[in-house]
Amino acid sequence: MISIYKVSFKNLLRKRTRTILTIFGIALSAWVLASLLGFNKGYEASLSRDIDNMGFQVLLTAKGCPYEAATLMLKGGTGLRYMREDVVQQVTGEPEVERVTPMLMQVVFDPNKGESGGISAYLGVDPVTFPKMKSFLEFRQGGWFTDPDAMEVVMGYEAAELEQREAGDMLLIPEKEVELKVVGILKRSGTQDDGTIFMPVRTVQTLFNKPGELTGLGIKVKQDADIVAFEEKLYGLPDVQVVSLAQVKQTIMNLVSTARIMVFSIAIIAVLIAMVGVINTILMSVFERFQEIGILKSIGAMPWDIFKLIWIETVILCFMGGVVGTAMAFGLSKITEVLIRNLLPYAPTGSLIQLDARLVIMTMISVLLIGVVSGMYPAWKAARIRPLESIRSEGN
Amino acid sequence: MNENAISAENLTKIYTRGIEQVHAVDHISLDIRAGEFVSVVGPSGSGKTTLINVLGCLDNPTAGILTIDGRAVFTDGRSLSERQLTRIRRELFGYIFQKFYLIPTLTVEENIMLPFTFFRKDGASENVSRLLHLLGIERRKNHLPGQLSGGEMQRVAIARALVNNPRILLADEPTGNLDTARSEEIGQTLTELNQKQGLTIILVTHNPSLAQTAQRTITIHDGKIKK
Ligand SMILES: Nc1ncnc2c1ncn2[C@@H]1O[C@H](COP(=O)(O)OP(=O)(O)OP(=O)(O)O)[C@@H](O)[C@H]1O
Ligand SMILES: [Mg+2]
Repeated sequence: MISIYKVSFKNLLRKRTRTILTIFGIALSAWVLASLLGFNKGYEASLSRDIDNMGFQVLLTAKGCPYEAATLMLKGGTGLRYMREDVVQQVTGEPEVERVTPMLMQVVFDPNKGESGGISAYLGVDPVTFPKMKSFLEFRQGGWFTDPDAMEVVMGYEAAELEQREAGDMLLIPEKEVELKVVGILKRSGTQDDGTIFMPVRTVQTLFNKPGELTGLGIKVKQDADIVAFEEKLYGLPDVQVVSLAQVKQTIMNLVSTARIMVFSIAIIAVLIAMVGVINTILMSVFERFQEIGILKSIGAMPWDIFKLIWIETVILCFMGGVVGTAMAFGLSKITEVLIRNLLPYAPTGSLIQLDARLVIMTMISVLLIGVVSGMYPAWKAARIRPLESIRSEGN
Repeated sequence: MNENAISAENLTKIYTRGIEQVHAVDHISLDIRAGEFVSVVGPSGSGKTTLINVLGCLDNPTAGILTIDGRAVFTDGRSLSERQLTRIRRELFGYIFQKFYLIPTLTVEENIMLPFTFFRKDGASENVSRLLHLLGIERRKNHLPGQLSGGEMQRVAIARALVNNPRILLADEPTGNLDTARSEEIGQTLTELNQKQGLTIILVTHNPSLAQTAQRTITIHDGKIKK
């Protein structure tokens, strides 16, 4: 007994190159699809993690454009703005506040960094409040500085790697010609803390000659407090900008949705191209087998049998394309990630594409659906071939 | 089976080509008894293929009455549904043609079993090895059609047509692509099938000696039976 599946499968082996090319076309669209779905998931997860790892829910910065503030905070970029230190007292008194931590960011160009020099980011933090707020940070070596005027630094994992420092080593600050002692090195956290060099905020103020100035104030709100109402209150403060991390997340997600729509359009186009490719391939093979299909009918195949035969061929093609495509999505996820990163306004640290079993199933279902839909027309065409027509077209 | 496997009365098939009408089959009446071996001859374009296609329910006649095994299939322009026709075709008929139409990616044995994918008569499974043996293609059963000679391919096509135990075998120039020796072999095979199994055979051929192997020869001229 020979099953209809076997007949379908063997039909696909007739024109191998064509079959392989079609499978490859479907695989490409499955790859785009899987990567896109994985991206949606991965991006949001990475972004949430980045933001939760800040340790505070509200950030005060000097007045400026909110987008700038957002990127400044997340990327640690240039164009710093300053606010006065007394804002700490003003905010600490509010009943909703659990804890505040002042921060002073400084960025220095280091000509000895890397091949052509690079940017070093120094973050002045309060030795008392900052470690409490970022209690999830773990040390590979040493620990936090405790003296508010200490000439000491704590290095993020990557910063330490780059500068090749161990706890106990000295670190030279370029331009300032001062050496600070490395007292701690953090474990990798997968956030921007990895690349940061921390020192006491007062030390930064002295070294960089910014007495009484801050670039940011992180505020941790009490658990049951009404954050929205609290933010409203903060808007009353002069010369400061209130950055709600919930809003920042929303803003970035909005920016990203544009990129997402683009990627999504690419995916839809890829799917359409794959569908057209499948329909074309199957239709061609139906026309080539015109007489043969007529003969199948004369040996007892009902129209539905022929429909199934062609339909199964299409679904097999798509299934194989789906398998290859999801394998590509896994195998090439690093490359896909680089491609997508270039399209995004802001890319969080960590992996942007998260692939899992559910996603594989979703991709496979979509691809099989492509097969089911695009197989219908050729299958219907084939089912309508009458046994006689095939004998006629013999040309005798 | 009825005494008459096929019975036709004033069967007519008219093709319209533009304003011209071609009476490919013109008021033909004939009876073919169960177990009979009939050959159909006539010049090219005389209507042989059209006649046997209509008799084999592959084509609808324009007019006339066609009865297969006592069942009315066509009665003056009214025919059974396509579904019912398919059922009659697969239960009663086996067809072979000048071209063999084997599936190139399936082996000889798989090609012969192919009809089972769609329909299988009780006990038909045993036919495969019997036909392989009877048609002398046993040693070829695992080969692909591309590896066979023309005569062997036609025998595979015959085996495929017979695997579901049809009552009537319709053969339209089955030896048209074969040389004289292969043609004679096919002729002998058909005679054997007719004599040993009582298979009803209608054979269209241009080959006079092959036509003579049949018990009766019908000559067609311009769509009519020539007495
Ligand atoms: N589909 C068609 N449309 C119009 N005319 C047709 C069609 N099929 C056959 N004919 C015509 O009907 C007549 C009979 O054709 P048919 O094929 O039955 O002849 P034949 O005896 O089988 O010829 P041959 O020996 O060459 O196979 C011819 O004049 C042919 O041109
Ligand atoms: Mg003919």
